[in-house]
Amino acid sequence: MQSQATYNYKVIRQFTVMTVVWGIVGMLVGVIIAAQLVWPELNLGEYLSYGRLRPLHTNAVIFAFGGCSLFATSYYCVQRTCHTPLFAPGLAAFTFWGWQVVILLAAITLPMGMTQGKEYAELEWPIDLLITVVWVSYAVVFFGTIVKRKTPHIYVANWFFGGFILTVAVLHLVNSAAVPVLSSPIWKSYSAYAGVQDAMVQWWYGHNAVGFFLTAGFLGMMYYFVPKQAERPVYSYRLSVVHFWALIFTYMWAGPHHLHYTALPDWTQSLGMVFSLILLAPSWGGMINGVMTLSGAWHKLRDDPVLKFMITSLSFYGMSTFEGPMMSIKTVNALSHYTDWTVGHVHSGALGWVAMIAIGCTYYMLPRLYGKAEMFSVRLINIHFWMATLGVVLYIASMWIAGVMQGLMWRATNPDGTLTYAFVDSVKATYPYYTVRLLGGFLFLSGMFLMAYNSFKTIVGGRAYDAPVLAPSGAGLSPLAAAH
Amino acid sequence: MDINDLRAGFTVLTFVLFVGIVWWAYSDRRKAVYDEAARIPLDDDLPLPMTQVPGTGKGNFHE
Repeated sequence: MQSQATYNYKVIRQFTVMTVVWGIVGMLVGVIIAAQLVWPELNLGEYLSYGRLRPLHTNAVIFAFGGCSLFATSYYCVQRTCHTPLFAPGLAAFTFWGWQVVILLAAITLPMGMTQGKEYAELEWPIDLLITVVWVSYAVVFFGTIVKRKTPHIYVANWFFGGFILTVAVLHLVNSAAVPVLSSPIWKSYSAYAGVQDAMVQWWYGHNAVGFFLTAGFLGMMYYFVPKQAERPVYSYRLSVVHFWALIFTYMWAGPHHLHYTALPDWTQSLGMVFSLILLAPSWGGMINGVMTLSGAWHKLRDDPVLKFMITSLSFYGMSTFEGPMMSIKTVNALSHYTDWTVGHVHSGALGWVAMIAIGCTYYMLPRLYGKAEMFSVRLINIHFWMATLGVVLYIASMWIAGVMQGLMWRATNPDGTLTYAFVDSVKATYPYYTVRLLGGFLFLSGMFLMAYNSFKTIVGGRAYDAPVLAPSGAGLSPLAAAH
Repeated sequence: MDINDLRAGFTVLTFVLFVGIVWWAYSDRRKAVYDEAARIPLDDDLPLPMTQVPGTGKGNFHE
């Protein structure tokens, strides 16, 4: 049985197309700053210097590329699993345009040097206010849709998306609290916190931005799109429930590992380390749950490049969530901190996990949003997959080697206690690895151009399509499921 | 008793709460509910839109 009503796909189409566009922009800026580290002559004037472009890169890939992907996938998942169109479609449209304005303002203000100087929270207070309005609208649309759902059970992916939306709201409000300087220039502000408290609030925010924006939200994608693409239910639903609550209970406390051997009290550092180590359990539980969804259907991996993207992303998720807890151990951190090992670790998560699952979900959704069974060219997806995988491997392997080398050089001492190497020696020794990293990043970016071409051909060859709202068929509807 | 006792108490409370959630999620009577819930994403679909005809009430193509 079905009604005439259709799901609201328009806003999803918009966010999906912009996912590809901002992915290219953000990664292009990344390739440019990687090239600047190899050829410093590329720092052309103050606006395009490394220091200005680096926050533009991080904001563009996390909040523009990752953000658009999260909006698109969460709107897709919540409507379909709740069997109802989006709540407040006008507000949903506002979240799209509002978010694009935020991104444009970031692209203008960051190269101009307007910044709060907080990593991943650089944007100044007027933009912060706009982000708050957009984010509250997002929460109203998402939770409103859940409230008017036609199924008694709220599917686990929606729990992850909901947790991500709520937590990011809290993180943003607390960390961006600032006192504007109401003289010229009007946009300038200073943090409401000072000293070590400011550092702790910043890394409570920073790590939970990783934990909730880049993890919980993307795990929501995993719990919906991996079963869809594999055409199998998630390996263990019970494990997914425990996974959710374990993540919620532990992630909040891991932030201090960003401040090892600083002015932060020693016990706080140890607390951050212990909770980071505990995090290994839910991370791997979730990773295994996603990968094992394919159990009994491994053959699908052979010829389905979309599934390859998803399952490979989970492998990188497993790798980086093993590496992270190890790096949070104080003695390991003494070697790794401030080196390019950290950069390698971040990109193992950001390119390997976040970008690859987002790309997989985009390849799943895009044809369905344009009334097609699959993308214009499956072969191109396959080529994209191998370019992306090779790109990540080159990137993280070079940064691992560079980072460990830097850490060892910085701590090396002569028998008389003086340092063996000047800092610039380690910079010189890093050159070849910066070149390999540039090559890896360039490969990953090139894959995104293939994706853009493939997406363009799919869109041109199809027509905008809104799927009908289906009445829930049994699943989650029986009296059994209603009896919570 | 100072505020640190409250903090310790809260930590213990949340830990017990978490163990309770694990016990609840793995209890036998949740199994059937979860088996059904796991099928929610799989049962939300028609055959792929390509096979559908515009104007038949099966979705909506925009020109």
